[in-house]
Amino acid sequence: MQHASGHRLAIDIGGTFTDTVLVDAQGAVLATSKTPTTPAKPARGALEGATRVLAETGCGWSQIGGFIHGTTLATNALIERRGAVVATITTAGFRDILQIGYERRYSQYDINLVKPDLLVPRSRAFTIAGRMTSDGVERAHLDEAAVAALVDGLVGCGAQAVAICLMHSYANPAHEIRLGEMLREALPDLVISLSHDVSPEAREFDRLSTTIANAYIQPLMAQYLTDFQTRFSENGLTCPILMMTAGGGMTTIDIAARLPIRLVESGPAGGAILAARIAAEVDESEVLSFDMGGTTAKLCLIDGFRPQTTRKFEIARAERFIKGSGMPVRIPVIEMIEIGAGGGSIAHVDRLGRVQVGPESAGSEPGPAAFAKGGTAPTVTDADVMQGLIDPGLFAEGRLEIDVKAAEAALIRDIGAPLDLDAAQAAQGISEIVDENMAGAGRMHAVESGKDLGARLMIAFGGNGPLHATRVARRAQVERILIPRDPGVGSAVGFLFAPVSFEIVRSRYSTLDALDLDGLNTFFQGMIDEALQVVQGAAPDARLVKRRVAFMRYHGQGHEIEIPLPDDELAAADMPALRAAFEEEYSRQFRRAVPGMTIEVLNWAVTVSTEQAALSRHDEPGQTQRAMATGHRRVLCDVDGDWRDAEIYMRAALRPGDHLAGPSLIIEPQTTTFVSSDFSARVDGGGNIWLQRERENRDG
Amino acid sequence: MVKPNTRLQVMWNRLLAVVEEQGQALIRAAFSPIVRECGDISAGIFDLQGRMLAQAVTGTPGHINTMAEAVKTLRNRFEIHQMKPGDVFMTNDPWIASGHLNDFLLMMPVFHRGAVVGFTSCTSHLVDLGGLGMGPEGSDIYDEGLLIPPCKLMDQGILNTLLMDIVKANSREPIANEGDIFALIACCETGAVRLAGMMDEFGLDQLDGLADYIIETSYRGTLDAIAELPQGTWHSVLTVDGYEKEIDLHAALTIAEDHITLDFEGTSGLSGKGINVPLNYATAYSVFALRCIIGPDIPNNAGSLAPFRVTAPEGCILNAQAPAPVAMRHTLGQMTPDLVYGCLSQAVPDLVPAEGASCMYDLPLRHVPEAAMTGSGQFALELVFNGGTGARPGLDGLSATAFPSGVWGSQIETSEAVAPLLFNRRELRENSGGPGRHRGGLGQRIEVQSASDADFMVFLSVERVLNPAKGRHGGLAGAAGRIRIGADGAALAGKGEVRVDAGKTLIFETPGGGGFGPPAERSHQDVQRDLEEGLISQETALDIYGTTP
Repeated sequence: MQHASGHRLAIDIGGTFTDTVLVDAQGAVLATSKTPTTPAKPARGALEGATRVLAETGCGWSQIGGFIHGTTLATNALIERRGAVVATITTAGFRDILQIGYERRYSQYDINLVKPDLLVPRSRAFTIAGRMTSDGVERAHLDEAAVAALVDGLVGCGAQAVAICLMHSYANPAHEIRLGEMLREALPDLVISLSHDVSPEAREFDRLSTTIANAYIQPLMAQYLTDFQTRFSENGLTCPILMMTAGGGMTTIDIAARLPIRLVESGPAGGAILAARIAAEVDESEVLSFDMGGTTAKLCLIDGFRPQTTRKFEIARAERFIKGSGMPVRIPVIEMIEIGAGGGSIAHVDRLGRVQVGPESAGSEPGPAAFAKGGTAPTVTDADVMQGLIDPGLFAEGRLEIDVKAAEAALIRDIGAPLDLDAAQAAQGISEIVDENMAGAGRMHAVESGKDLGARLMIAFGGNGPLHATRVARRAQVERILIPRDPGVGSAVGFLFAPVSFEIVRSRYSTLDALDLDGLNTFFQGMIDEALQVVQGAAPDARLVKRRVAFMRYHGQGHEIEIPLPDDELAAADMPALRAAFEEEYSRQFRRAVPGMTIEVLNWAVTVSTEQAALSRHDEPGQTQRAMATGHRRVLCDVDGDWRDAEIYMRAALRPGDHLAGPSLIIEPQTTTFVSSDFSARVDGGGNIWLQRERENRDG
Repeated sequence: MVKPNTRLQVMWNRLLAVVEEQGQALIRAAFSPIVRECGDISAGIFDLQGRMLAQAVTGTPGHINTMAEAVKTLRNRFEIHQMKPGDVFMTNDPWIASGHLNDFLLMMPVFHRGAVVGFTSCTSHLVDLGGLGMGPEGSDIYDEGLLIPPCKLMDQGILNTLLMDIVKANSREPIANEGDIFALIACCETGAVRLAGMMDEFGLDQLDGLADYIIETSYRGTLDAIAELPQGTWHSVLTVDGYEKEIDLHAALTIAEDHITLDFEGTSGLSGKGINVPLNYATAYSVFALRCIIGPDIPNNAGSLAPFRVTAPEGCILNAQAPAPVAMRHTLGQMTPDLVYGCLSQAVPDLVPAEGASCMYDLPLRHVPEAAMTGSGQFALELVFNGGTGARPGLDGLSATAFPSGVWGSQIETSEAVAPLLFNRRELRENSGGPGRHRGGLGQRIEVQSASDADFMVFLSVERVLNPAKGRHGGLAGAAGRIRIGADGAALAGKGEVRVDAGKTLIFETPGGGGFGPPAERSHQDVQRDLEEGLISQETALDIYGTTP
């Protein structure tokens, strides 16, 4: 699948820019482009980007043998509240699952907090009698006689889509299926999302919320996908379009239209896939990917060349990215920590005299003060300009003028004056705070995952990742950094390495001692068949790999640990090994296992995916040489706080084997790599830049 | 060139991140449902003098102040010059740690370059300490289980196994207790390693300069916030249900230029049951309530807590002395914010919400005693439900939402998977939110029955069954809590054991929050929306709000 004949094209539609990458059959990048996203008709911007790279390389549409697309449209529709009018149907007696949720305030000291708007008001929340138990036994029949009244209710409230979430439907979906059929017959135009299909996990609030989110964006995404497909087909595209999912795999347009919720956050997932691929190519088994853009920074742990995954995720968190302030969604996703720290993040002084940075962002409009497009608040980019780290003449290939005076004025007014600092000190203060925020988020994320950052290789990309990598790494005690090629369009490049895959997580509670093995094996086979059908639809001839997982915990605990299972039917003889695997992982995460405690399993998962394409490994360059600087400029050293001369290098001119010392700036069209004075850099055989912290220089 | 003070700020941020890391790790490893669902833990970093520099923000405010004082007590109990790397100290004395025996507090000296530079500490709620178990039925502290005075749990990294054996031998959940203590040790160790690592990274020999910066900045910020308030003394009385009889809680709040004092003089005496509150715990919830309004953005530390002083006569129910029973001290402890707000709302009427359900509506469900003999059908489920919060000065109250605790409610599907119970309803209670310009949050109604032919037990310790949440400034009261067996069953008391026969339904209704401002001032649109949403009835709209649809 990966290396089907012909070129392959990846398009990542982000909130601000649409990134396009064209590669040849061997995976070598032929052309990239960054074009403005066209929010009214995103497919138009995508077509423009594709046309540009085709024109640049002289390729025709017929030469495209693979097409991968990722988009923030699904996420943005949820954040901007642009979806359908959704109604819900839940089990009688449980009309308020959504209103009640977890009964929790997301901010302990904020007595004026407003809970997130979960899209369906109580007036559109309907119920129907009928009851399943947790082991899937029907306790009361579905009240089919009540469906006619439900139909009236749905029509009366103007519902365009309905999310159906009945008690324990993950264990027995019969009532949901029957109710769905009856509604489809009565209301053929109604979009219907069934919770057991969208997210077959126990916990009614999370499942309902996920089903609502899916129903909410389904009409919009179905229309978008049809439009997208049509536009490209009309232009001559002949290969099928595959969609990038949040879980880091690709799926067909049909599945995407049925389960559009799986498309959220697929752009950042592409970045993590890229980092995982590079980790494999350079054989680094413990990696931290660091993707810093204009508004946020995203960090992901990658172990054994697999990005960490989770099943919990929140969309549209309120201010400050506070946990619990968004709409919970349970789907398989690549786990990333995202914080409001980007080039556009705005700095201010709080009433305790502390510098605070973000999460408010100047975005690209009006942008940092230095962009002179109307922004007046000091941002992280302004601080970088002030410290000399951005060469005003070379920023964005010289297409965007940098106004150093405007940056200075903003820094003095909002930070320098209140704290009695000059512009450079203010700039350095902003950097210290934002870099610490990112490093702190990374450390926290590692701890929550029971992992350590210290020995990791950081892979940095995104428009601001290479610029802040050394500063964040030092604070996170990370010693080595890799900047891949084309770091500015990392997510789109990552799409090209994604497998076709489908993951299903389903609840089935049992203690490990009392597993019904026959029942469990049948249950697994059902999930595997379902996933196989999806994957084979997109990749009929590919070699497939399966991965089975159990989510285990000690009885009485709330936190589950993911334990891989053998890819085979489970037998009684496997049980000691499963217990041992859990205890080993538990003591790795929590220092000590708890011998004698009962182990239980609530959720099980299967992933079916196409096999990874062969890695392209590059030999180390035979000889090394000092790189040729093209100039130098004054920068404020982040290690000792003095102004120093930094050498300037053009990335395009660097060759394998080149090495250089900090402080230096390595400039390329979409970003700059800042090599701090305590780091050195070298270029490997694959064109990656490696930054290594020189320990003897650590104190300046 | 002169470094801006951002370097100190960065280190402060680092300490805040470290305590959050510790707190999260503790919650994830915890066996006790109350820890998992409520984040009933604490983690903090202290300087050599025992001044608290940072504390994790967690779900229950019950550790605010208590930990800050506890570490000072432990630090003074043991000689610093005799402490060795790897030493860990421990106690669960309610009057030192956190108000009842279940809360274990550990403290570990942090060594850097060969000397003690500070301490890390953490607290977590253990599942069971023997005695009568978690409930209000004990007549004194000895009925409530095992008390461990301040002692050394680890000596240079070697665990005191006898002590651990004693804790296990006195518990119905020995393995879970051991697991929780392991988690506490790991939490202290992690904090110590991170603190020493940070000092290494920033080239610090000792913490004094950083500690002074954190404490000074926070103290000044808190004084600035106090300076915005009018000065004076305000009084308030809150009548609560109690166990054997109703109880009056009295408070006098004095706002001075540079401090705030709260005195509980006049409050009723002790109960014979375990709903008494040690002062450290009453202080925690009271100060939390004040800090929600006064400088909520300033982190908890010795500086931000210094201006708040809480006093009470010994032997009143908010300053219970040993050997009073205190197991359910949170039942009344969680009512103290409404008491404090009764005073504060007189000083700053536009900033303080109306009374809410406040006390969490715990619903501990167990098998009947016979099941323990036969060994079948045993289960124990600790469910937590909440009522409505009081209407806010500019906003309606939150329905079925925890305040002041930060508990997470339960999910029915996971509850039914682990216990032989069938829930038939969990819905908001129409009309339960106290009417007002801003409406109180609604309570909820839970209906549960046995899913088998066995009876089951309920252990109640809830408030606001007799005394509903009052409104403020013309707002009306929310609905009282109500607990019955069967729709036509008699209302049960809020505290005590109840047996629910198989085939019968327990109906458990949580209280609504009070309203804020006169109902007549509620906007027509808001009343209409409440009607459309089914949150109020036609009669309420007409009779109380005077609105015709």
